[in-house]
Amino acid sequence: MQASIRLQRDERQQYLLRIGDTCLIQAQRLSEWTGHAPVLEEDIALANMALDLLGQARAVLTLAGSAQGLSEDQLAFLREERDYFNPTLVELPNGEGRPGDFALTVLRNAFVSTFLQLLWQRLQASSDEELAAIAAKAVKEARYHVEHAADWVVRLGDGTEESRRRMQAALDKLWPYVAELFEADAVDEAAADAGLGPRWAELREPWLAQMQALLQAATLQPPAVSSFRSTGRQGVHSEHMGYILAEMQHLQRAYPGGAW
Amino acid sequence: MSTLAADRVGRAWAVLADVLDPEVPALSVCDLGIVRDVVEQDEALEIVLTPTYSGCPATEAIERSVLDAIAAAGLGPARVRLQRAPAWTTDWISEDGRRKLREYGIAPPAHIEPGAAVPIRLVPRRIAPVACPRCGSTHTERLSAFGSTACKSLFRCLDCREPFEHFKPI
Repeated sequence: MQASIRLQRDERQQYLLRIGDTCLIQAQRLSEWTGHAPVLEEDIALANMALDLLGQARAVLTLAGSAQGLSEDQLAFLREERDYFNPTLVELPNGEGRPGDFALTVLRNAFVSTFLQLLWQRLQASSDEELAAIAAKAVKEARYHVEHAADWVVRLGDGTEESRRRMQAALDKLWPYVAELFEADAVDEAAADAGLGPRWAELREPWLAQMQALLQAATLQPPAVSSFRSTGRQGVHSEHMGYILAEMQHLQRAYPGGAW
Repeated sequence: MSTLAADRVGRAWAVLADVLDPEVPALSVCDLGIVRDVVEQDEALEIVLTPTYSGCPATEAIERSVLDAIAAAGLGPARVRLQRAPAWTTDWISEDGRRKLREYGIAPPAHIEPGAAVPIRLVPRRIAPVACPRCGSTHTERLSAFGSTACKSLFRCLDCREPFEHFKPI
């Protein structure tokens, strides 16, 4: 069994891993639909978006590991759960069973792709040239993801009684996990001071404005604000994270260095 | 630069003009606009490539076929350097490349302004008409923004009824 790597846990690395891990885990959830989506076009679309996100994750993980001499593969396959810094939102299952609930999948995709688009926009001005270059590429890809996800949210939200009921249920379930995205902390503060990237809290207003317009078009109503806070960005995850990692890491742990 | 070096770089460009993209084999890597530079450095040729999409699975295959072609032409040693900035845009596809795409049955991308902000619109959304590469009609509809590879979307011609792919502008 391949041993785990340990991170030095500096703020710059953690900021980068929050971005890279958000892309990586969201890619993993979207890719669960491959071969199972309701129609062929949707199957292809979800797989394409997962692939874009995986490419973005690879670039950011490579950058995050470079100072410590860690490769993208070591970071993706050999970290322990506490060393992943994606917000809890992306690790939640798609729904009951496999591949899960399409309504929840497209709503989360709207949340996450809109967030990432805003983040990539800002990161184009990063003081880190490599991160700025990754962002300039990714922001163009994110636009297609946002459009696709938003189309579905409106179509299903403002759709049949059943599709509306399921979209509303997905919104009720996911909304409490959104707050975590915009929590201020020392990692964000250090990134802003160094010009590495924005405080995620600064993205809250534009994100909310876009989502309010979307939810209104979809005739959906977000639930009342709750005091619940998820903590994935600090490395403290939900019970679902271990299962994703088991699936993602199993081959590399069992067959160290295995390649294809 | 010596004439010898200029000759080697010139011959390398000629070789690259015949290296095909594995996912759209109608286009060479030069038509696609992903070869940004060829320079001679410390005896080796350095070929600078810019990836099309972050997750394009063909990137490694393209690197390999570029190096193989250079070696086969006796122009080695050579190495590939991936350069992310500035980000690739479909505007870098050559006019010749656009014609080849159309002949291959893929509608070429419209020109875009790289860096220009594109507003996100909710449905209903008007997208610029895409001409059917077979009959030329602009009476077409988009079936999906995502196609068989990251760079393409799916369309259908409402006149000749043929489905076709569109190289999406990015």
